[in-house]
This record gives sequence, C-alpha cells and structure tokens, in this order.
Amino acid sequence: MKCDNCNNLATVHLTEIKGGKKLEKHLCEQCASQLEGIGSVKGHQPINELLTNFVMAHSGIAREQTLQCENCGITWAEFRQGGLLGCEHDYKVFERELSPLIQRAHEGATHHVGKVPTRRGAVGVPVKRRGPDIERLRGELARAVEAEDYERAAKLRDQIRQAEANETK
Amino acid sequence: MKLSDLTSRAGEWLRGEGPMSEIVISSRIRLARNISGYHFLSRCTRAQRTTIEQKVRNAILANAGKITEQLFYVNLADAPEIDRQLLVERHLISKPHANAEGSRGVAIGGDESVSIMVNEEDHLRIQVLRSGLQLEEAWEQINAIDDALESVLDFAFQPPFGYLTACPTNVGTGIRVSVMLHLPALKLTGEIEKVFRAAKDLRLAVRGLYGEGTEATGDFYQISNQTTLGKVEEEIIQDFKQVVIPKIIDYEHHARRTLLNERTMALDDRVFRALGILRSARLLTSDEVLQQLSHIRMGVNLGRLKGIEMRLLNELLLMSQPAHLQKMLSRKVEGDARRSARAEFVRSRLGSI
Ligand SMILES: [Zn+2]
Ligand SMILES: [Zn+2]
Repeated sequence: MKCDNCNNLATVHLTEIKGGKKLEKHLCEQCASQLEGIGSVKGHQPINELLTNFVMAHSGIAREQTLQCENCGITWAEFRQGGLLGCEHDYKVFERELSPLIQRAHEGATHHVGKVPTRRGAVGVPVKRRGPDIERLRGELARAVEAEDYERAAKLRDQIRQAEANETK
Repeated sequence: MKLSDLTSRAGEWLRGEGPMSEIVISSRIRLARNISGYHFLSRCTRAQRTTIEQKVRNAILANAGKITEQLFYVNLADAPEIDRQLLVERHLISKPHANAEGSRGVAIGGDESVSIMVNEEDHLRIQVLRSGLQLEEAWEQINAIDDALESVLDFAFQPPFGYLTACPTNVGTGIRVSVMLHLPALKLTGEIEKVFRAAKDLRLAVRGLYGEGTEATGDFYQISNQTTLGKVEEEIIQDFKQVVIPKIIDYEHHARRTLLNERTMALDDRVFRALGILRSARLLTSDEVLQQLSHIRMGVNLGRLKGIEMRLLNELLLMSQPAHLQKMLSRKVEGDARRSARAEFVRSRLGSI
C-alpha cells in the first residue's frame, strides 16, 4: 500500500473520527511523523483507536521488516542479527532505529564532539576551555573515586560532561 | 625490516620501561576508520575486499615516511598460520584478524610501536603501543598518523555520529584506549573484584592478556573504554590517566605493601616456589609460565628476589608463547614435545638445577 501523501510504502495506518465520520489514513513513516498529534489526545477519538494508533506509530514493526539500505542491501533485521552495519549510509537509513542503541552503548551520548577530519573543513581537534565549575566537579570526582563511591563518581562524570557540552554551545 | 626479524626482539609492549612500569605494562590507543564510498567489510564481495586492501595498502606505503620509520607491510592472506600467530602474540594484530579470510594485512613500524590493521572489522585499525603509562604520547603519535592517512584517504565521517564504524559501539571517535596492568597482589589478596567493580561503574571493560574473550592469565588485565561517542579523545584519555589508572595502581601498591609487611613469608613462598617450578619443571604450558612469571615479577619488583632482570622475565614471557617457541626452534612441535621444549628453554634461561 502506498502512502496517501507520497509514493513511499505506507506503514502507519490511522483511523480518525471526524464529525461522526470514519476517516482512514495510510501514511509512510516520514509523512506520519510530520502529522501532528499522533499518540496525543486530540478530538474525541475512542481510547482503543487512540491506543492502536499510538502502538502502530511507535512500534515501527512494519517499518523494521522492510527497512533496507539501497547502497549495500543490508536490512535492519540482518544488522540486528549480525551486529555489524553494511556501509556508511546505514547510519542515515537506520538513524531512528540506531539512535537508541547508540545512546545505550555510549552513556546517553547522541553526538560526536571529538576530532573532525581536516578535509571536512575543521582544523584539528576542538580545544576546550574548562571553567572553574568544571574544575570543582573534577575535584569532587577525584574525591568520590578516592572514597570508592563509584556511583557518585559516574554521576559527577556525567555532570562534568554536561557542563563541558554547555560551554561549547 | 621484515617479519622474521621480529622474533629475536622484545617488542614495544614488553620493553618493560616507561612511567609506572612496575604495574603498567603498556598503553595502547587504537582508532577505527573506514573509507568513504566503499562498503563495510561484512557486506563486501571478495573483489571489493581486495580493492579496499590494495587502496589502503598503497596509501600507507606511499606515505610511510609520514606515518613512522621502518614501516613494512605483511600480507596476511598469504602469511602462514605461525606468522599470523606470532603477530598476535606480539600484540600487533588481533586474533580475529589472524584467523579471518580474504584480503587483509598489517603495516608495522616504529619498532613495533605502530601497527595498522587493514580489513579487520573496519577498513583500518590504527594502533599505537607504548610501554609503561604513556597515553598522551601515544595519542599525540596516533593523531599525527591519522592526519597523515586522512590526507590521502577520505574517511567515512558524518555528523551527528562522527567517524562511522562497522559496529555502532565504536562510532564517534572510533577510539579505544587500553592499558595493560599487572596486578598480582590484588589477585593474591582476593581484592581484584575491587578493580572489576570500579571498571564497571566507570563503564570500562576488563579483559585478559590477548583482548576480547581471553582469560586474565598471569595476572595481566587490560582495561579499556567502551564509550566512544560524546566525548573528546583527550577527555577519554584524561579519564584514564587522572582517575582510573592511578586508582588501580593505588590498590595494587596497597595490596603489595600488605603482602610485604604482613604476609612476608607467604609472599616469599610464592615467589621462590614460582622460581623453583620454572627452574625444575620438565613440562610447561604457556599459561603456567605466565602464571609463575607473574609471581617472580612481583618478587623482583618488591625487592624479594635479586639478580633477575626484568628484561629476562619479559623475554621468557614472549618466547614461551606457542608461535615464538616454534619459531625459535625452527620447527613445528605440539603436545608434550612442545611443553618439554618450553620447559627446557625456560630452564636454560633461568639457570636450572
Ligand atoms: Zn509519504
Ligand atoms: Zn548500507
């Protein structure tokens, strides 16, 4: 089935009740995500439809089965099985599915902040200035580690990272 | 410089020098890189794999002078198994790289302080190895090598994820910082769990002597970062240098002092028993050599054992590994014959009874 708005595969199926009339919508993931109010309480939708819509829009089950990189041919399912991506484009193609995995693997991080290849327009590694606040946190971190309070140390380290991220913004 | 010259030398990671070398054996930094416009290796045909290998090899060899001195390239697809095993034992390639199939290789240089694996899990795995605790020096060097390669190869890089790697667990910086520690006292006092706990809380991995999936034989532990995204390379390195490693070194020092002051006899017994075994045994496995050498090394570090040089212990450690032993003997030996040859070699170097 094709998307009502474009030619992509429709994976999100919505039922809306408007003025006592039942409207069906079939959308692709992109168009659906642009539609406001999916999963939010709007109008007088019956609760079961609301739930169905919500589940459909967020499960991505249909999407995951068909998701494939045109460049290397790998499907999302194949990646889940093997654990290795097939080409650089997969980070774009699977971005939505990959992001939560990446966050989990990298302590919640979503963005690269380190070295950038100079041929991509950057000059070397970005230099960071650490303010007194970060210095203080670093001191606390050292003490927490000294006291073998690693839970606190991990938290402090996150705070330091957060503060550093804010500084560079 | 070629492969056969390696056997007779110590190798960077066992030089036994550098800061904190009584506990920190070596510091290693590795960068994962892929070339833009080519599939990652798991989706490559044999031909594509070969194309990538040639492209990377040519780029490395054409820029050898900018990378490091005395660079040479080993074509692993053609190399006999014993040579590949030898490189694993010297920490110049990974086990999976040794045992894989298809076009792949490794460039080695700078007295084995530099190795660049071609077509491992990523197109390039650049590695810099230094003895002792020398992470900043290692970073400086690998950063320059990365720059040199980047000037001739277009690395896959795209915001927001940074350097794109075959496995998303390496994405971002693509950096893996590892420090090899020798922690015999923590093992003996039963406090090694402290290290595991600290590492786990700080999101670090603890592995054995030869990396992933290997036992911590001989009380060697490799500590490495797992998070590669959302932090600047220097931060990851500073975390190690200022927080993680000093703490573990403290633990080990403390455990060594405890052994020295409160359990002197038990300590000496361990050390001299180990020496006795290596000087007398007629059959030795490489694991047993590692374990006994660990106790002897501790005895030397703590001044309980005089007249044995660290250099000799490092030589024994390396030469008693299967591939090194067979290279030295210039023949293939297995089973009891190999264990016997190993014991004979160890006795000859330590002075037998
Ligand atoms: Zn659409
Ligand atoms: Zn792909």
